Amino acid sequence: MQSVWTLLSWGPEGWLDDIAYGVFITVSLAAATLPVGLVIGFLVALAKQSDEPSLRLAGNIYTTIFRGLPELLTLFIIFYGAQIGIQQVMRLYNPTAAVEVNAFVSGMIALGVVFSSYASEVFLSAFRAIPKGQYEGGYSVGLSGWQTMQLVVLPQLIRIALPGLANLWLILLKDTALVSAIGLTDILRQAGVAARVTKHAFLFFGVAALIYLLLAIISSFGINAIERAVGRQQVQR
Amino acid sequence: MSATATDATKVDRPPALPRGWPRQRVLGYGLVCLWIVFLTGIAAYLVLAWNGELFRKYAPGYVSGLGVTLLLVAISIVLGAILSVPIAYARMSKNQVLSGLAYAYVYFFRGTPLLAQTFLVYYGVGSFRSQLEMVGLWGFFREAFNCAIFAFSLNTAAYQAEILRGAIQSVPRGQWEGAASLGLHKLQTMWKIILPQALIVALRPYGNEIILMIKGSAIVAIITVYDLMGITKLTYSRTFDFQSYVWAAIIYLIIVETLRHAVEWIERRITIHLQR
Repeated sequence: MQSVWTLLSWGPEGWLDDIAYGVFITVSLAAATLPVGLVIGFLVALAKQSDEPSLRLAGNIYTTIFRGLPELLTLFIIFYGAQIGIQQVMRLYNPTAAVEVNAFVSGMIALGVVFSSYASEVFLSAFRAIPKGQYEGGYSVGLSGWQTMQLVVLPQLIRIALPGLANLWLILLKDTALVSAIGLTDILRQAGVAARVTKHAFLFFGVAALIYLLLAIISSFGINAIERAVGRQQVQR
Repeated sequence: MSATATDATKVDRPPALPRGWPRQRVLGYGLVCLWIVFLTGIAAYLVLAWNGELFRKYAPGYVSGLGVTLLLVAISIVLGAILSVPIAYARMSKNQVLSGLAYAYVYFFRGTPLLAQTFLVYYGVGSFRSQLEMVGLWGFFREAFNCAIFAFSLNTAAYQAEILRGAIQSVPRGQWEGAASLGLHKLQTMWKIILPQALIVALRPYGNEIILMIKGSAIVAIITVYDLMGITKLTYSRTFDFQSYVWAAIIYLIIVETLRHAVEWIERRITIHLQR
């Protein structure tokens, strides 16, 4: 095995499969985080724009905490904190239990809470951009509160929030690089391994940076397509 | 007079807040209670886990780590601000090549993770050892702290250039034309007319950029700089005491919240003439 690896380390081609695996991990982590973050962010935004002061307070505490902490610290706190917490609980039943928390899930939770706290602000400003008359119109044609939200408010909300959310997606894609610090084999970690083995650090980290750039470019093409599709809906109305 | 008074009584008032315990209020109180339990839980944990010896041993480290973090961010922000001026200028220039180059610079540094850029500098610089030794810069790049400053300055320069460009372009063209008609030359116009108006727009993004840098600077812990995060990791790896992370979180939260409120205060002060 060792000889194959040293053989492969002749050219960057030999490492391409490892880096491709890293790309797979990075993209799947970002893609798995996105729905979680969007849903929590939307719920927090709902709380923050509610008439009930206690709900607003609860939402504001959430955003203040998770926007104020460095992403790396959030990640470590969740990774090690979950490990210690679950271990403590397990010890109650089995004193010798040793728990290993999944790095992927920890990364997903940490990036998800950070993403959602930013997304809640985006959703909140979109909520504020929707005139009150839309809710009143929905009420006057006999829609229930949930129906008004689903049929009247949400389609407009998505259109207004889309540029902000697109920006957050690009930030999320970059933030996934942090999970290499808790041992997940993403692009950066694979590049680091390749760099350490082959001593061509600049090459491999340069390739990693270019891959991130490529992902950003592909994403912005996708975002443009979505924005155009949503914009077309607007024109038809 | 009386007519307006009767009209006023007929005006639709906003609906009174529902009394009793509607579902939203139950949920809201429940969530606030959860937060209270969580936060008092953390406070109780810190009190219970208090270890005087540990504190005496590691508290000075935290103070110096905080110093390193603030120093790192301050130097990077200032260097980035200086560097951002020519980049923003190039980005706004009519010369296609110049603006294209500036755009590529900004796109690269905004499109790749700060961690990847830091690694590229810290580990990648070894690939150019002989060249750097020739120029005499090898000693500079051997220090992780200097590498971090180098990477962070380049990174924040790209963001600050965009902030500066956006702010300058948000000032209406008429301001330039008005200044030109009064006989001010370009530099005077920039300094006396455009920048004061642009900086009001730029203040909040600049504040956000500083906050992002403080949060982003935590990653230097990975390249063995002992900033606040680095000290925290070191303390944790020596003691396996989880409170080291909780203390770091509290310190970061205090810094970020202070900065955020400071920026809001400055903004309120400098926009007094715009408020009615």
